[in-house]
Amino acid sequence: MKLYWELFLAFARVGVMTFGGGYAMIPILEREIVDKHGWATEEELMDYYAVGQCTPGVIAVNTATFIGYKLLGAPGGIVATLGVIFPSVVIITIIAGVLKTFAEVPAVKSAFAGIRVCVCVLIFNAVLKLWKKAVVDKPTLVMFLAVFLLSVFFKISPVWFVVLCAAAGIVLTRTGVRGK
Amino acid sequence: MILLRLFFEFFKAGLFAVGGGMATLPFMYDISTRTGWFTHEMLADMIAVSESTPGPIGVNMATYVGFETAGIPGAVTATIGLVTPSVIVILLIARALKAFRENKTVEAGFYGLRPCSVGLIAAAGFLVVKLALFNTDLYGQSGQLDDLFNVKALALAAVLLVCTRYVKKLKGLHPIFFILASAVIGIVFSF
Repeated sequence: MKLYWELFLAFARVGVMTFGGGYAMIPILEREIVDKHGWATEEELMDYYAVGQCTPGVIAVNTATFIGYKLLGAPGGIVATLGVIFPSVVIITIIAGVLKTFAEVPAVKSAFAGIRVCVCVLIFNAVLKLWKKAVVDKPTLVMFLAVFLLSVFFKISPVWFVVLCAAAGIVLTRTGVRGK
Repeated sequence: MILLRLFFEFFKAGLFAVGGGMATLPFMYDISTRTGWFTHEMLADMIAVSESTPGPIGVNMATYVGFETAGIPGAVTATIGLVTPSVIVILLIARALKAFRENKTVEAGFYGLRPCSVGLIAAAGFLVVKLALFNTDLYGQSGQLDDLFNVKALALAAVLLVCTRYVKKLKGLHPIFFILASAVIGIVFSF
């Protein structure tokens, strides 16, 4: 029982200290999981993180599930996940409640109009960074353009694109079109 | 029953959003368009809040959207919905981690998934650009081309782009710094 509680607290700390997600999480995970508790080696952590990136869902949650599972089986996976999402749920709920109250104040409206401009730039930078790893040849360029244009001009659920592109990836690799 | 639908919608997002964080975004836009639970403006604000608060971005976005849709029960339901597929998938592959990593078909699938994920995020970004940098409504009413451009916003976007990509001293800074600076500029220049 004590280990479950420790697991929950360790991942709640990771949740609190990760700002912005993704790579920001690695040093904090290393400190909590490898250095402090010795629950996994650095190599294992990197493996979990790599698989977490290429499985569905939030990377932090995937990594938490792996480590929890390794220690205490399926219940451990669930407890670690609950730990990592707990701070977000509390903090965001408070902020969303506060924002709702002040949403109509003119200064708040102006501030968010400015912030939206910044969000454009942040997304643009994120796209450029991901692009380098994703668009590596002509077939991937075509897939990127098709997905981008079709989702801008038509209301199609992203689910379809995900399913079709995964299938296309397999077909293109098997038929040897990949890399051209 | 709105909670059940919330759970289902976020379960779907959790199952199909591959690549973490921002990959959740296109699914949020899809939910917004289909259900009308929250507006596109709210989504753009939510990205800023998610980036400037602790916690994984995908989880933050789910909590925020859930709260806006159905209060605290909504926040909890949406978040649990988002992480449930992750937990199931990871528990399934944890036993065969090595085989999964080295599986050729899985790797080939990801060759196709990666450009898809970037395309979807870029399309979601396009919606934010339309909202933040252009006055499409005003242009629709007046038909005047200069009404289309939100000049102040475009100028700020250009400055931010240069600062985040090319200015050595600034480009390594955490996004929260740029978000706060943009909020101050928005207030000072009454955006």
